[in-house]
Order: sequence, then C-alpha cells, then structure tokens
Amino acid sequence: MFGYTLEEVGNIVVMQGFSGLSLFSVLLLMALGLAIIFGQMGVINMAHGEFMTVGAYTTVFLSKLAVEYDFVKSYFVFAIIAAFIVAFILGYVIEYVMIRHLYKRPLDTLLATWGLSLVMQQIFRSTFGAKEVSAELPEWLLGSFQPTEGIDIPINGVFVMGLALVVTVSVYLFMFRSRGGLRVRATMQNRIMAGAVGINTKQVDRVTFALGCGIAGVAGAAFTTIASTGPTTGSLYIVDSFMVVVFGGAASLMGTIASAFGIAQAQSLLQFFMTSSMGKVATLMTIVIILMMRPEGLFAAKVRK
Amino acid sequence: MNVLSEKVLGGKQGALHLAILAVLLLVILPLCLDLFRLGLIGKYVTYAFVAISLVLLWGNGGILSLGQGMFFGLGGYCMAMFLKLEASDPISTKIQTTPGLPDFMDWNQIVELPWFWEPFKSLPLTLLLVLVVPVLLAFIIGMAMFTRRVGGVYFSIITQAIALILSILIVGQQGYTGGVNGITDLKTLSGWDIRTDSAKYCLYFMNAGLLILCIMLSRFILTSKFGMLLLAMRDKEERVRFSGYDVARFKIFIFCVAAMISAIGGAMFTLQIGFMSPSFVGIVPSIEMVIFAAVGGRMSLIGAVYGTLLVNFGKTMFSETYPELWLFLMGGLFIAVVMFFPDGLAGIYEKYAPHCSFSMLRARWLKKVPKVTGERQ
Repeated sequence: MFGYTLEEVGNIVVMQGFSGLSLFSVLLLMALGLAIIFGQMGVINMAHGEFMTVGAYTTVFLSKLAVEYDFVKSYFVFAIIAAFIVAFILGYVIEYVMIRHLYKRPLDTLLATWGLSLVMQQIFRSTFGAKEVSAELPEWLLGSFQPTEGIDIPINGVFVMGLALVVTVSVYLFMFRSRGGLRVRATMQNRIMAGAVGINTKQVDRVTFALGCGIAGVAGAAFTTIASTGPTTGSLYIVDSFMVVVFGGAASLMGTIASAFGIAQAQSLLQFFMTSSMGKVATLMTIVIILMMRPEGLFAAKVRK
Repeated sequence: MNVLSEKVLGGKQGALHLAILAVLLLVILPLCLDLFRLGLIGKYVTYAFVAISLVLLWGNGGILSLGQGMFFGLGGYCMAMFLKLEASDPISTKIQTTPGLPDFMDWNQIVELPWFWEPFKSLPLTLLLVLVVPVLLAFIIGMAMFTRRVGGVYFSIITQAIALILSILIVGQQGYTGGVNGITDLKTLSGWDIRTDSAKYCLYFMNAGLLILCIMLSRFILTSKFGMLLLAMRDKEERVRFSGYDVARFKIFIFCVAAMISAIGGAMFTLQIGFMSPSFVGIVPSIEMVIFAAVGGRMSLIGAVYGTLLVNFGKTMFSETYPELWLFLMGGLFIAVVMFFPDGLAGIYEKYAPHCSFSMLRARWLKKVPKVTGERQ
C-alpha cells in the first residue's frame, strides 16, 4: 500500500491517528463552546476563533511572566484558568453590548460578529505584533514516549486530550446535571415559560454566551501547547469548528464529540496519504455531501419544536 | 411598452436614480478621473455585480449566501483560462519545454493540456461557460439544499464551507489552476490587446453598461410577481408553501440568477484587471461583498452599487495611508451597519430624502422667489 510495508502502515496509522487526536482535542474544545452558543442559543458567533486566540495570547503572556518570576513548572494550570476567565469576561461584555440586540436576526449576528472578529484580529496585531508567538512550555509537557519501536507519542498531545476530556465532562455535568444547566436548557427551549417560572432569562443568555467564549479561551490555552499563535490563528479554525457542530447535529453533545473525532481523524489520515490541501478538501467535501443528504446532522436532537 | 419600462426601470423615481447612476458611471467619473483611478472604479464596479446579486438573494430572498465570491471567481477563472490559452501560443512560450501550454503548467511538469481546459480554446464557448459553470454549481447546491429545506444560517455556513473548499482546491492544484498566484499575464482577447489605454476605456464602459443592464434585469425580477413571492418567502416561508407554491424551486432560481450576475462581474474583473486569483474565491472576499451590499442597503439595487463604490474607495484610501486603521474601520462598519442601519445608505436616504427631494426644493425656491423680488422693489 503506497509503497509501505504493513507494519509501517500500522505505525503511520497510529501516529497520524494520534496527531489527529491532538487536532480532535482542539476542535472539540472549540466546538464545545460553539455547541453551547450556536446549538443552544442559535447565535452564529464568527468571532469564536478570536476568543480562542484571546485564550492563547493570555497563555503566552502568562508564560512570559512565568519565565520572569520563575514559576514555569506550574504556570500552565493558572494559564488555563486565566484563559477561561479572560475569555469569559470578554464574552460577557460582548453579549451585553452587541449580541443581545441581535437575537431576533440570526443572519445579522453572523455579520456583526464577523466585524467583531476583524476588529479583534487588528487589536491582536497592534498589541502582540503580526509575528506568531509561542508560549514557553514547562518541561513536563515536552518530549514524547515510545510504547513500541517506531511509534512516538508526544506528551503535549496526551495532555491536550486529557484537558479536552475534562472540559467535555464538566460541560456535560453543567448542562445536564446542574441547576444552572437546567436554567440554560429551559430558557433556550421555551423562553417565555422559563421567564414565567422565575428564571432571569437575560442573565442566562449572558452567562451562556460567556461560558461558550470561556471554553474557546481554554481551547486557546490548549492550542499553545501544539502550535504557535498569530493574530489570525482563530480564523483558521472557525469554519472547521462550525462544520463540527453542524455535522454533529447542533444541539447534541454526543454528536459534537463524534463529529470532532471523525473530522480530525479523517483530516489527519488523509493529509498523510494525499497532499495536505487535498486531504482537507476531501474531508470538507465529504461533510458537505453528507450534510446535503442529512441536513440535521449525525445526531439529531429529538425535540418537539 | 409603458408597463415594461415601469417594470424595468422601477417607475419614475427608480428611473431617475438609475439615470443618475448611469450619468455618474458613464460620464462624470470618466471625465474627472485619470485612467489609473478609473481602472480602480472599474474594479469596484465588478464587485458591484456581486452586491446586486446579494440584494436579490439576501435582501429580498432572505437567503444569505456566504459563497458569492466563489461564483465571482468561477466566472473570472473561466474568462482567464481563455485569455491564458491565447496568451500562451507556441511562439511566445517557445522557451518552455512544452511550448503552447500555460507557463504554470510547464513549471509543474504537466505536459498535456488537461481536459477541462479544452473548451476554453474557443471564445463563444468560453462566454457561454462563464455563465453556465457558476449557474450549474449554484443549481447543484440549490437542489441539494433547498429541496431539503435547509435554510437560514445553515445555508450560510455550508456555502461558506463550499467557498473554502473551492479556494483550497484552486490553491492546492497548482499545475491545473495556477495555484495561489492565480492566472496571470493575460494579454489579448481574440487578438485585441486588453492592456492598451483605449481597450481599458472600452472595457470600462462595457463593464458599466453591463452593470446597468444587470440592475434593470434585477429590477424586472423584483417588480414581477416572482419578486413579490420572493419577499413573501423571506418573511413567511411556510405560508407561501401552504399556499401551494414550490418554495424550493423559486429559491433555486434566484440563487442561479445571483450566481450568474456575480459571474459576469468576475469575467469583467479578469478582462479589466488582467488576472484572476484564488484570493477572490474564498471566505473573506465573499463576506466582504456581503458588507458592500449591507452598507449600500440590502433592499436597494442602486444603493448596493453606491455601497460597493464607497466601501472600496474608503478601503483604497485608508489602506494606502493607514493600513492598520482600515481593519478597525471595516469591522466597525460591519457592526454599525448591522446594528444601527440595517437598511444601509438607501435606508438613510429614504428616511430623509422625502424632506429634501427635488420637487420640495423647487417648491421652496418658488416660494422664495417672489419674496426676493418683493424686497428688490
């Protein structure tokens, strides 16, 4: 097959599969935020990628501080929390200033948030420079281990995956096992009834949007461990993450996970055997064709509307 | 005849606005600007084709396509392929290992002309394909999406993904498409050198003329019964469906028309500017073109043209002097237009114009005249 021996193909599949898992983790973190904002609230946030970049820059900034004050070993944990908080607050403000006026015009939200993303990109460029920057990683994140001969598994990949797993479980617990999540779901399913039973629906909107943005911030923190950050980093992932959410079925958490996995794996494997651009084309094309045949996505939420 | 002119020009008011636009584009600008600036205006006018296609599709139909750049690009590429084949005749490409092939194919070790380049050897076929290829793509997308009742934001996201696919494909397949540089070094159209000053003037007028024709065509569509249905579908799709209309078919039709108008713009772009590249196909140009229409007024065909001219004029001016400021301004414009002026310039004009219209001014002036003469006596 393609001039490789069977064992080599096996190793390639494992290693590409693993690099696919890193991509999967970032995509999943991005898509989780979007699944909340788009899937639950129906808001198209084109600036979602920029919230990820905010998280990434926060991490980079903290890493610089860490180098200066010598706490490189432990800063990353703080960085994740800081990335979440910064993106959360920013999202909260943006919801209050902009998004809440546009809930009834979803197509206009798309355009306005695109404008927002342009402004944010320029802010990044003016403050952090047009060059890509990368965070100083603590030593325990570097290197790789070899379970068998010929297979290299990078530790940062494992870490990012673990982070994605933790965040996914937390989102699940929040959305489906907590009072807060109950309020969110109630508001999104029937705003008037939710208001009638005493839920502050406007507050819920704000917190939900901010939460989605906060998770994008965590995605940004995770992203710094596998690549460097530039002003337009977020915009490279925005279409992919929208495809993940739409492909998985907008309101379904399971669907989001499954489709993030599928898309990341397909891309990473195809990119090895075809050229990188053709791998991406083939993946996106498959998704578009499947979506044309099954517009509601893989896992359609069975909700009476 | 009277009814037809009413429909094509949009009544007295519409005819006046169209005439003002025509005079501006065909008389005033060519007289006031040098050839370089006029070329820039010509470029903006090609974008205006996309803006009016979005007025049809988005403003009136409620279908936001984020892939109009892809139709613009396809039209442009079809034209560019013809021009490129003509520019790479065996004599002028004799230093290549395979003379007669476009230079980028030679650089990518492609020795035979790919099959999909063959039709572009003939001009009539090319002119046909400029329209047919984008319409066909629009038809396929429309068939797949509208018959399954995919609409609203899902349609936008999927068209955006398709635009992304197409631009990656063009960039990736360097040997067949010219890659990221696009198709450059275009010289003649059936022996007519398009780089001379006279040709540039000629193409400018052709372009502006075509734009006005497209506006009239769009006006005809909008004032017809179909235009009414389009508005009805935008506002209450279910009700139109329950009234017995096949909503999907109407949507496919308007999507195809919009694709065709965009493609004409793309082809004219190639002819005037002399190249076509994937940077006009992807997501960013597609969304920028939406903002042209939004600034001008998503409901107004003529407003969209002014919106395109103004935004691009601003872009050229600002990116020459303050490139950093431009993105802030562009982003701010997006947000401000959407949040505060959803009907764009045309909306502002319609709100304030009745208070200072021509007839009002004349009436005021007439009233003042006796006063003035009275004072003189």
